[in-house]
Amino acid sequence: MANKLVKNAAGREVVAEINGQQAIPFKGVGKHKPEGRKYAPPISRCADYPDNGDKRVSTLKEALVKAGIKDGMTVSTHHHFRNGDLLANDLFDAVSELGIKDIRWFPSASFPCHEHIIQYIKDGTIHHIEGSMNGPLGKYVSEGNMRGMAVLRSHGGRYQAVQDGEVEIDIAVIGAPMADPFGNANGLEGDSACGLLGFALADSQYADKVIIVTDNMVPFPCIPWQIQGNYVDFTVEVPKLGIPERIVSGTTKITKSPDRLLLAELTAKFCDAAGIIRDGFSFQSGAGGTSLAVGEFFKSIMEEKGIKARFARGGSNKYLVSMLEEGLIDYILDGQTFDLDGVRSMRDDPRHVWTSPFTSYNYHGKGNFAPLVDVAILGATEVDVNFNANVVTHSDGYLLHGIGGWQNCLFSKTVILPLPLMRDRVPVIIDEVTTLCGPGELIDVIVTERGIAINPLRKDLIEAVKDSGLPLKPIKELKEEAERICGKPRKSKLDEKVIAAIKWVDGTVIDVVRKVIVE
Amino acid sequence: MKKIVVVGNTGPRVRSDCELKLELKSGGGISINLQSKVKAMYGDSITRTLKDGLDFFEIKDAVIDINDSGALQFVHMARLEAAVKSLVKTEKNLLPELSEYNMYQSSRDRFRFSRLYLPGNTPSMMLNAGLHSPDGIILDLEDSVAPSKKHEARFLVRNALRQVNFYGAERMVRINQGERGIEDLEYVLPHNVHLILVPKCESSEHLVELAKRSEKILADNNIKQDIYFMPIIESALGVEKAYEISSAVDNVVAIAIGLEDYTADLGVQRTNEGSESLYARLRLVNAAKAAKIQPIDSVFSDVSDMEALKANAKKSKSYGFEGMGCIHPRQIDVIKNSFAPEPEEIRKASDIVKAFREAEDKGLGVVSIGSKMIDPPVVARAHRIINLAKKLNLIPDDMDNNEND
Repeated sequence: MANKLVKNAAGREVVAEINGQQAIPFKGVGKHKPEGRKYAPPISRCADYPDNGDKRVSTLKEALVKAGIKDGMTVSTHHHFRNGDLLANDLFDAVSELGIKDIRWFPSASFPCHEHIIQYIKDGTIHHIEGSMNGPLGKYVSEGNMRGMAVLRSHGGRYQAVQDGEVEIDIAVIGAPMADPFGNANGLEGDSACGLLGFALADSQYADKVIIVTDNMVPFPCIPWQIQGNYVDFTVEVPKLGIPERIVSGTTKITKSPDRLLLAELTAKFCDAAGIIRDGFSFQSGAGGTSLAVGEFFKSIMEEKGIKARFARGGSNKYLVSMLEEGLIDYILDGQTFDLDGVRSMRDDPRHVWTSPFTSYNYHGKGNFAPLVDVAILGATEVDVNFNANVVTHSDGYLLHGIGGWQNCLFSKTVILPLPLMRDRVPVIIDEVTTLCGPGELIDVIVTERGIAINPLRKDLIEAVKDSGLPLKPIKELKEEAERICGKPRKSKLDEKVIAAIKWVDGTVIDVVRKVIVE
Repeated sequence: MKKIVVVGNTGPRVRSDCELKLELKSGGGISINLQSKVKAMYGDSITRTLKDGLDFFEIKDAVIDINDSGALQFVHMARLEAAVKSLVKTEKNLLPELSEYNMYQSSRDRFRFSRLYLPGNTPSMMLNAGLHSPDGIILDLEDSVAPSKKHEARFLVRNALRQVNFYGAERMVRINQGERGIEDLEYVLPHNVHLILVPKCESSEHLVELAKRSEKILADNNIKQDIYFMPIIESALGVEKAYEISSAVDNVVAIAIGLEDYTADLGVQRTNEGSESLYARLRLVNAAKAAKIQPIDSVFSDVSDMEALKANAKKSKSYGFEGMGCIHPRQIDVIKNSFAPEPEEIRKASDIVKAFREAEDKGLGVVSIGSKMIDPPVVARAHRIINLAKKLNLIPDDMDNNEND
């Protein structure tokens, strides 16, 4: 079945309708300005809740029934337990046992551990997923096996979709490493400690019904209350929410790959040459192999210069924490915690601040702090010669990754993508990205092991590093170099059918993902 | 006659390689079953390469099962040729183009501070090696290649010499020991190799034999080019014969020591501190200097301990060594920096060179700084340090020093 398509401002053919809801095509960066009032959940009344503050029910299934679960509802979860999550699987086991069908699952992201859920897409329990799909779910959906169309949003875009009322969450199921019977919750303590619960904040505030599920129930008050019990309808105690070593790693290790280290070193040298690393600067560093190493190279440059950063935006991990503790950073503004040192630091150090997509990325706030970051070091699966980038699909068309905060971070003052010029034989810089996730005008520098390309729009950066001795090359030259080594790749043939829509941070549709043809 | 052979590598950790099974048939034409993670983008091109290759070897009926993990074309060609030559006798070579960027030459006395070892049957490590800027890249046919893979590695190394960009590094191959090593020369010499590492060298006769064979291969291929040798001393006997080996043939430009095998031969433990091999190392340095070639130290095997590597390299330099082997690209910079002249060394050398110039200008026969006379060997060493510093970009090229020693 062909979808009705319209061309958006980025020149991509996108769907005009998603699962029966009208969709707005991407209009350009900063062009879409919706008006009116935000969505609000129904009025709740204290009188309807127990005076003793004890909202416990005995099982998740019972909580779902009490929350009024029905066919076709929207159920949300968060992904702070990453690949160690057990809750979403348990949740859909319960939904299925209740005989409920056609659920729209609205996770902030899903992971390979959720492969279990494929059976519920097959049997009709789930109609479609709106959220990032990392791994097997993405592969399953790519091959055209889901009834509805998937929708992928950034962390900020997810908050915006909730505030617009584009996604009305009927029931939010929030796993909490520590909670009290009233529903106050945090991610800081317990076997499933994950640091913070920022990705569930919108869900708690806007869902009709909110269920807190914990494996670590403590007497009131659960402090700090990252999620406030005043939003919560029911609390449930379960034996186990997740597999700790897959939630956060015991200890993060920096890559030993010489090629990644070379990329990281070049990136840090570029930042230094461009004057970005100066006293009081700020940076975003991820937890990927290269990003971690960039942080370490930053650290040695900062130590050498005797300067410190005002704040680092994480993904926190032991390396970032050590910079905080050694006085090289004033604050960590943390979006998710990747290891036990990160969790400990967030719990014990007031300078290690838990944030949410509202403070960091939200489009419907009166500003957010993403544009205040001096430099963001991000990844991508592909970049094209116009600096447009893809983070969700591979060159063969498979949708295997989520957007995360990536789109939101593009608003940082300087965006750098350190990327290998090819992954095995697949060139990373190509003529046109398979899926457009970020417009080239927001992407400033591509660092590869064979040269650094600066976006011609950034005349200031070009000027700043022109005498640095760094291997600067036009992006087209890098593309040609990759093709010389790998051979020119054939563009993957994809089916007409659209299997997913990619939203921009403002809720407009920037691109679509098509079904992969399986030979 | 054998009809089926499997070459190459596959497995969850294998990248940029392929496993290729070739079965010769007596009819039915060519059939290729390709499994590849890059099939959507390169499936046609891989199939074409293999068909063209079979055609080149005039094989009309065969089945190929190939499991590809993103190998480049020169790897497919090498794997196919290795498979074909395991089953069929042929004189033909399926050569990829010798890339223009690999046509540069080396020189006898170029720096050999860092030389990076790459296993000769592992394509994934080859592609980016030159980007880490070692002085030399060694494609190894010896210890890093399993006995059952020796044959196929020759084709891969040969094709890598033709296709992989070495980014200006000296192009080196470590051949096998003994007769097999002599055979290796046929595979690599016609493809612009600069230097051959000769492992477990214990006699000058072996080097004479290698030199003779090299000369013949080059002449047969109409190549006018010097081939350099770096024998590696890895035994007590080799150490005793260090000078003889160093001066065996003109091709020898450097002599290296391999301490893992040497300490094993001695029956002692190798330590980081290295007192057990002090005699051998000093003897080797002295032999090399006597033969006017470069003495090169062993690799340092703890790739995670950069501080220990640094200490080791500095000690090595103080003994008179002029380089070390590397087994991880991150060791390259540490080694280069350790062998490079220190700022204080450069400052002193620059003062001496300046004094030398002034003396020359004034027509004085004696160089002095203040009241201190400077002997000619000290002046020569100062020139050497200044030249070294320039080549390493530690000081500007136009600094006053015309001496080219």
